[in-house]
Amino acid sequence: MIAALRCVIVRDLRLAARRSSDVMTVVLFFVIVVSLFPLGIGPEPKLLRTVAPGVLWVAALLASMLALGRVFAADHADGTLEQMMLGATPLGLVVAAKVFAHWLVSGLPLVLISPVLALQFDLSQELLGVLALSLALGTPVLSLIGAIGAALTLGLRGAGTLLSLLVLPLYVPVLIIGAGAAEAAASGLGGHAQLLLLGAMLIFAGAFAPWAAAVALRISVE
Amino acid sequence: MSINWFKYSSPQTFFPLAGRLALGFGVLAVLACAAGLYIGFFVAPTDAQQGESYRIIFIHVPAAWMSMFLYVVMAFWAGLGLAFNTRLSGMMASAIAPTGALFTFIALWTGSLWGKPAWGTWWVWDARLTSELILLFLYFGFMALQAAIDDPRRADKAGALLALVGVVNVPIIYFSVKWWNTLHQGASVSLTKAPTMATTMLAGMLIMSFAFWFYSIAAVLLRARCIMLEREHASDWAGHYARGAA
Repeated sequence: MIAALRCVIVRDLRLAARRSSDVMTVVLFFVIVVSLFPLGIGPEPKLLRTVAPGVLWVAALLASMLALGRVFAADHADGTLEQMMLGATPLGLVVAAKVFAHWLVSGLPLVLISPVLALQFDLSQELLGVLALSLALGTPVLSLIGAIGAALTLGLRGAGTLLSLLVLPLYVPVLIIGAGAAEAAASGLGGHAQLLLLGAMLIFAGAFAPWAAAVALRISVE
Repeated sequence: MSINWFKYSSPQTFFPLAGRLALGFGVLAVLACAAGLYIGFFVAPTDAQQGESYRIIFIHVPAAWMSMFLYVVMAFWAGLGLAFNTRLSGMMASAIAPTGALFTFIALWTGSLWGKPAWGTWWVWDARLTSELILLFLYFGFMALQAAIDDPRRADKAGALLALVGVVNVPIIYFSVKWWNTLHQGASVSLTKAPTMATTMLAGMLIMSFAFWFYSIAAVLLRARCIMLEREHASDWAGHYARGAA
């Protein structure tokens, strides 16, 4: 079973590496959206420092949502997904492996680049770590919840817009707690409570979301 | 004698029953609404602090209750449909969604109208307002998903799963928003009313919530009847009713 999971992860990573422009598009989208905000709201450093966590979080959320369509679409189109459903490995575990691989190529780059972008907003150094840590804990939750939406909208017309309508309201708690971590740290309260809550969300979503997404896949493919 | 629990789970037997129930609850809704509005406008005393503007409470609070309650009922039917694979459960869930969205919208709209005289602003990012707004988005998502899927069986199941995921999320959303709000601005605006409430006010509010209950039941059953006819139009019994109505 572990071998099967490793196989899924390695396969998805290799596929992503062969189409590396897809990965770059998501990262560039994130960079551009974040850079647009100072242009829109003005270069006042004090203002930028206050809005930085929120801006980075909203941009990361939108970027990871844009990438969601690709979690199952290609496998659905060429029939691989049906073979995975027929296979001996429980579908929930396969989904978990696919989501993990998807996070590695679409979520992790955002986490790694976020400190650099936060410098544009003149964020202090200790806050950079809290912000990156909150994104590192939060973006997997976004991928996990998003996988349910991606599975439900598989093969539908207008799937992209529909997906955002389904998934964005469910992202709200992650956004609030995630952006709150750096804000709490900035105000001297320390972001530990928020980071712990994000960790709890990650465990909760990790336990239940792959299973729900597997049910959704069976509904969509049957 | 054993009871057949599934007797009314078939559209054919439920259709006439739904018609009779819808009529009965519709009449009850009109009566309760008339009584509740009479108490609200003429019997209940003027509030000492807010004057007459508080009277919107008789619409606002029952609508907010119904908006949340209907989402749970919708998720209940959705779960039932997934568990027992009954056709009617999915139809009930999709019949409830527009009524739930309507009440969510009414609660937001009247809340905004009430907020202007009471707090001096149309909108605050209060925990309840925000979670009510997100609830509206959840209803919209449910309806949009069902509308996008052509096969009604798949639409029912996909919607059911979304409703169940949503119902798990609603408390998380509520608490995260509440916490976020207190972190930001503290309790500058409190929605809680005076601790003691005149008995007539409470009576008017309760009667209005019964009116909204009855209206919801009637509207949902009527909508379910339409969905049943639409989906089963090829069958004998539905054709019989469709011709009878025409």
